[in-house]
Amino acid sequence: MSDRVSSTVTRPAETLPARHASPALPGLRRWVRPGAVTAVVLVLLVLPFYVTAFWLQTGLFAMAAAIGAIGLNLLSGTTGQLSLGHAFFLACGAYGYVWFAGDSGRVGVQQLSGPGLPPLLALVLAVLLTGIVGGLFSPISGRLRGMYLGVATLALVFIGHHVMLNAKSVTGGFNGRSVTPMEFGGFTLTDGDPDGLEVLGIPFGQLERLWYFALVLVLVAALTAHNLLRGRPGRALGAVRDSEIAASVMGVPVARYRSAAFVVSSMYAGLAGALIAMIFNRVVPDYFGLALSIDYLAMIVIGGLGSVTGAVVGAVFVTMLPQVLSKYADTLPLVVAPGSPDSGVGPGEAARYLYGAAIVLVLLFAPGGLVGLLRGRPGGAPTGRRTVRLGRTKDSIRTGSKG
Amino acid sequence: MTKFAEIILNGLALGSVYALIALGFVVVFKASGVINFAHASLLLLGGFTVAKLHDDLGFALALLAAVLVTAAVAGLVEVLFIRGLGRTEVHTLTILTIGVDILLTTELTRRIGSDVLSLGDPWKAGVRDWGGVHIADARIACIVVAVLLIGAFFAAFRFTAWGLSMRAAAEDREAAALMGIRLGRIQFTAWCVAGALAAVAAVFLAAFPSAGLDRSTGQIALAAFPAAILGGMDSAAGALLGSLVVGLTAALMAGYQSDMSWLGANLGDVAPYVVMLLVLIWRPTGLLGSKERARV
Repeated sequence: MSDRVSSTVTRPAETLPARHASPALPGLRRWVRPGAVTAVVLVLLVLPFYVTAFWLQTGLFAMAAAIGAIGLNLLSGTTGQLSLGHAFFLACGAYGYVWFAGDSGRVGVQQLSGPGLPPLLALVLAVLLTGIVGGLFSPISGRLRGMYLGVATLALVFIGHHVMLNAKSVTGGFNGRSVTPMEFGGFTLTDGDPDGLEVLGIPFGQLERLWYFALVLVLVAALTAHNLLRGRPGRALGAVRDSEIAASVMGVPVARYRSAAFVVSSMYAGLAGALIAMIFNRVVPDYFGLALSIDYLAMIVIGGLGSVTGAVVGAVFVTMLPQVLSKYADTLPLVVAPGSPDSGVGPGEAARYLYGAAIVLVLLFAPGGLVGLLRGRPGGAPTGRRTVRLGRTKDSIRTGSKG
Repeated sequence: MTKFAEIILNGLALGSVYALIALGFVVVFKASGVINFAHASLLLLGGFTVAKLHDDLGFALALLAAVLVTAAVAGLVEVLFIRGLGRTEVHTLTILTIGVDILLTTELTRRIGSDVLSLGDPWKAGVRDWGGVHIADARIACIVVAVLLIGAFFAAFRFTAWGLSMRAAAEDREAAALMGIRLGRIQFTAWCVAGALAAVAAVFLAAFPSAGLDRSTGQIALAAFPAAILGGMDSAAGALLGSLVVGLTAALMAGYQSDMSWLGANLGDVAPYVVMLLVLIWRPTGLLGSKERARV
């Protein structure tokens, strides 16, 4: 653990663990986090009764992204493995669900295949399928580390895109394939069936029904990740990130844990992808490009590496930023509406600027991400459990490898 | 047979463009340990500068200006974002370059819009006929220029004081610093060299038979990633080898597309990535990359 020692030497201001630094009301502090989580969940539960369809739709995308980001964070934030292939696994989940739930038959000129399984079973199978695909990548994901894996996973995005365009009977080709809606014993997550459903006078259509389904999935995903990180596997993964040699000396099978982290992260992406498919109603190959992978990486970096909350916060930020900017483009200074003749920065571009600037600024001034800022520790947490490092330090690079 | 010869020549030309780009990745990686994702946008910047200036200055001066501008911007990125964060882990810096890439690419694509810009290169659409083998003038120029530039680079790397300090810094940063080598300066020049190479590569990427420079030209730089990785990220010779493998694979796959239609259209675009994965399964550090050695 040489880097832990070196950080003590070089950054004396951070050596004191924060919980020792602020001893006031220790009993109260213990309840801050569960309290905040409960409050957020309560707000999310009543939200469909108050906000418009725009906000529900944006929120749904943010929830799906949150699941994917939590998964990527397990890989990148905790294990220190960079992945640019997340879009591929999202696509696996999305198309897996669409294919398992879809019926074979002819749509237009396109002959489609599919076993037509019940949607819930299809969802489970899609997540498992994504896990298996991630497992097939383990000869590479177990042996490569850090940035090398990042570039290797780049290949998955391009190869996956190629397959999506060409395996037409499964994916529907360039124009994509429509999605079978989720269904629980006759209760579908659509605008119909049961028709005209109202709760407390509010019409409950597809968005409202999907909202609660997505909320359950996010909570389950977050809780699972939280427990995984606090348990034995999480500590082993953190050890692999901090020092591969020290970890293997202590009996952690490094390659196996790396592959396992990759598989789990893929399964999270698969779930997120299937949820995205349900929200879109139609999946097209071009959505799952490299830009999407970079979005997910940006989410966990902006939110804060290595923490579940950080992944969720980053996902919400990155997903909602372009949507909100386009919606309020006409009221913002310097931003012109899309397609307007004035020369100027369109909302899409403004969002890209803010987004790029957010990555740069967060990394320059708050390596702990937005969550680090919220906790009042912009430099990242010094305590062992919440270390926000991605990968090894320069010191361990120097001794760990020639280059 | 003539078709095969044409494909090989085109593959070599493509490979030499990739080599210019991949060399940029490798130089930056050796000097600062960062995989530079902003390289794509630097390439686009180089092409854009040539496209904007060639009407007023003529092609040669415009290219010179583009090389200087791109090198300066690359150096600026290093000074602003990479050097100040000396203590930060290289992964963070790598993600930082993604942020820089997004900023620069957004600005450039906003200016380019949906146009296809001509670079005013002197080779135009000329095609040479060597005993039935047709090859574009721009492709020949590309191979010649790449060989000259890469030769000059390797000579500088091998024989000049800069090359020596660069190799020393890559070998052992701390020892190099103690010997009086200014790591900051080494790193700065490495980024500038990478930027300059990217500007030259942009010209050949946009030259005939491509239509010109458009907003997606920078994306082609990504295909140089497999080249750099499969050769070994810390080996300049590996980058050359990897580029030739990638260029030839892409050209062969595109050339014999019709015989492999069961694999789907546009096979040439994905073939480099398949090759990279296969090589990485066989040798995780690339063909010529140094094995990672660890001291406990």
